[in-house]
This record gives sequence, structure tokens and C-alpha cells, in this order.
Amino acid sequence: MSKVRVLVGTRKGAFIMTSDGKRQQWDVQGPLFAGWEIYHIKGSPADPNRLYLSQCSGWFGQLIQRSNDGGKTWEPVGNQFAYVGEPGTHQWYDGTSRPWAFKRVWHLEPSLSEPDTVYAGIEDAALFRSADGGQSWQELPGLRGHGSGPRWQPGAGGLCLHTILFDPSNARRMFIAISAAGAFRTDDAGDTWQPINRGLVSQYIPDPKAEVGHCVHRIAMHRSRPNVLFMQKHWDVMRSDNAGDSWQEVSGNLPTDFGFVIDVHAHEPETIYVVPIKSDSEHFPLDGKLQVYRSRSGGNEWEPLTKGLPQSNCFVNVLRDAMAVDSMDTCGIYFGTTGGQVYASADAGDNWSPIVRDLPAVLAVEVQTLP
Amino acid sequence: MIRVVLPTHLRNLAKVNGEVELEVERPITQRSVLNALEARYPMLRGTVRDHATQLRRPFVRFFACEQDLSHESPDSLLPEEVASGREPFYIVGAIAGGV
Repeated sequence: MSKVRVLVGTRKGAFIMTSDGKRQQWDVQGPLFAGWEIYHIKGSPADPNRLYLSQCSGWFGQLIQRSNDGGKTWEPVGNQFAYVGEPGTHQWYDGTSRPWAFKRVWHLEPSLSEPDTVYAGIEDAALFRSADGGQSWQELPGLRGHGSGPRWQPGAGGLCLHTILFDPSNARRMFIAISAAGAFRTDDAGDTWQPINRGLVSQYIPDPKAEVGHCVHRIAMHRSRPNVLFMQKHWDVMRSDNAGDSWQEVSGNLPTDFGFVIDVHAHEPETIYVVPIKSDSEHFPLDGKLQVYRSRSGGNEWEPLTKGLPQSNCFVNVLRDAMAVDSMDTCGIYFGTTGGQVYASADAGDNWSPIVRDLPAVLAVEVQTLP
Repeated sequence: MIRVVLPTHLRNLAKVNGEVELEVERPITQRSVLNALEARYPMLRGTVRDHATQLRRPFVRFFACEQDLSHESPDSLLPEEVASGREPFYIVGAIAGGV
């Protein structure tokens, strides 16, 4: 029977949770790197035992850890992220220009085919690549060098590059997203990039339909249809059917379309999940009820999923990297909260139960389906 | 022999217990001690001082002989008690709150 391995990053360490295919009994390992912020952990699709982890602290900066045995042992690898050339400036909150400066690694995305190749999305927003298992990192400067770069400005969480998606059918195409610049696509393996924000409408910026400046929180894709993208924006759930060339809103009957996470069912490309959050000023579920919403029609028509989730006095948040799906026959859905719960559903969201309840605030959740 | 005391997180990262002892050629300065520390424990590069600027990270402090040496020049001589090994050089995580 297959197994699943859930990789959880929190404000105070990493946790690895494993279960058999039933996903009812869990073994919890951790905290690893206790006391450090773990922004992301992800396994290589080409070698599930190869894991990459982003570890940082306000005191001691950024580290990258690598495991070659599924998380049993770890070794620190390269942690130098140097921008190419003169860094230039981006916009600051007060409208002034501020030099680009490395803060932390938000997201690590291992290559679909090469275990030693991994991409890093960092704050201040830039994309880095390592082809030697994380020992050394090189910026792909064409992204930050896009002409709009000096106009990018941070969202409340910082000017972070938080989403990296590969097109499984086209090795030269990638998608990334930055808060609060928007979404970008490359069709030449990262040399040049174009903003893909047409159709986004953001009332919180001077030109609601601007080319850049949108606070994109997350993008998701199903591997079988890489031209179809789903987006949770600051407000609005969006969909593109042409690889981001244009977007249309699919918030439909959601009770609120603010949120951070969005993901796609492993076997049903039109089944998507979000966790609605009350508003940009109140980062918790509406009415204190934690509800995942599922659409089986690629958006617009949504149903609340509540069985096993707290339906009163729940005021946690679910951050942008904190939802994942496994690829078991009955798709499992996982998400973590700022209250330290990690919830799992082994039946595509119909029923939920907590794997753990009392971790530090959860920053990231990924899952691996293992033979 | 120069004695260096690391904060808990960096001891864990370097996989050491207690003090670290380093052979450092004179003159004994913050820079020469940190260079020797990072040469012996490469995983500490970037954690005490910034990779690019080589400046002390803002929430890291340097103490020795009951003095705060954090704002001294990296090339100033450390006290003779540190250079002779009678006193350790402390690398400390600042009491800075946080979440």
C-alpha cells in the first residue's frame, strides 16, 4: 500500500508526518530545526527522498537544508543569494524607492526531472536556481530586470516571490507570482518574463487594472492541463484558460473571496479548493467557522466542506503555502493553520480530522505520495 | 588558542557542544576569529555576519571580558585575555523579542 509523507513548516521548526494509504493513523516527527522559522519544505518529484527546506531566523539569517533520505538526516547547503549586478530599487510602502535586499527564501520548487535542480523564490522578490543540489544559487535576473521591477512594492508580508509552477508539457515555460507585483510567465526557461495579469481587478491600487501591482496570493495548476491556472488573489478567486494571458473571476457564491491558499484535486482538474478568510483587515474565517470550499466546476459554484472542522470560535488563518493534495486514488487534502492545527481529509474534502492540533503557527504544508 | 562561545542555535548547526577552540594567527581581531570560525565550520557562513558585506548581523552581539564589543571595528584588536585564551569570545543572539 502507498504511503504519504506530509512536510510541515512552522514558525518554530519543521515536522514530518507519515501515514499509510488510509491516512487515519499518523506518525509525527519533529520539531526539526527547533526554534527556527521553516518557510517551506518540498520533495523532488524525481527523487522523493531528496528534500529541500528553507530555514531562517531574525537573528541568524537564512539556511537551506537538504535531505537525501526522506528527512531522516539533513545537511546545510548553500545559503548565499546574491542578486546579479547592481540590485536597483523597488517601491517601498511609503512610495519611496528602496534598494533590493535579500531577506529570506519563501518557497523552494524542485525540478520535475532533476533532483539536483531546485528553484528558490525569495524576498525581496527574485527567482534563484541551483543545479548542484542547493550548494550554489544563481539569480535568473530577467525577472527582476523586467521593466516594471522598480514599480513593484511589498504586500504586508513583504515583497515575496511565493509561487513557482512548472509546465510539465513545456520545459521552457514557468509561472511565478509575487506579492504585490502579480503573476509572470517565462517561455524561454527564465531568460525573459512577461506579466500575466490581464483581467485582474484590484481596487486597492490606483489603477485597478494595472499591468503590475496586484497582490496575488497563490496560483495552482493541474499537471494534465498546464494552460489552466487558478488564482487566489488578495480579493477574488480567478481562472485563466490560456496560460495567464487573461483571467476571469470565478468567486461565484463564495461567502468571501479573500484568502490565501488555492489547490487542485489530484485527479479532477476542475475540482479546486480554497479557504475563505473574512477580509484583508480580519485574517480569520467568517463567523469563526473554519470552512474549506470546493468547486467541482472549476469555479463559480462552490460548496462548503465542514465535517470535522471547528464551526464556532475559530479565528485562525491559513497561509498561502499551507495547503497541499496527495495523489492517492481517493485524493487527500491537507492544510495547516496559524493556530498550529494540520487538518487532513482522505476523501477529497468530505471529512476532516486533525493530524496535530498544537504546533506553532503553520507556514507551509506539502505532501508526498510514496510507493 | 582562541575560545569561542556560540549561541545554542549555532552550536546545534555546527554540531558542537560547549566552547569552540580555534587556532588563529595574530593579530586577533573579530575578523580573524570569525574567518577561522567559518573556515572550520562552513555551515556558519552567513549566520553571524552578512555574506556580502561581512558586517555583523543586526541581532548578533559580540561580548568579551564583560564588555560589549559589538560596535568595535572588525579589525580592532580583541582584549589580550581573549587573544591569550584566558577568556572566551562570546557570540550572542540579542535579546530581541520576536514571535
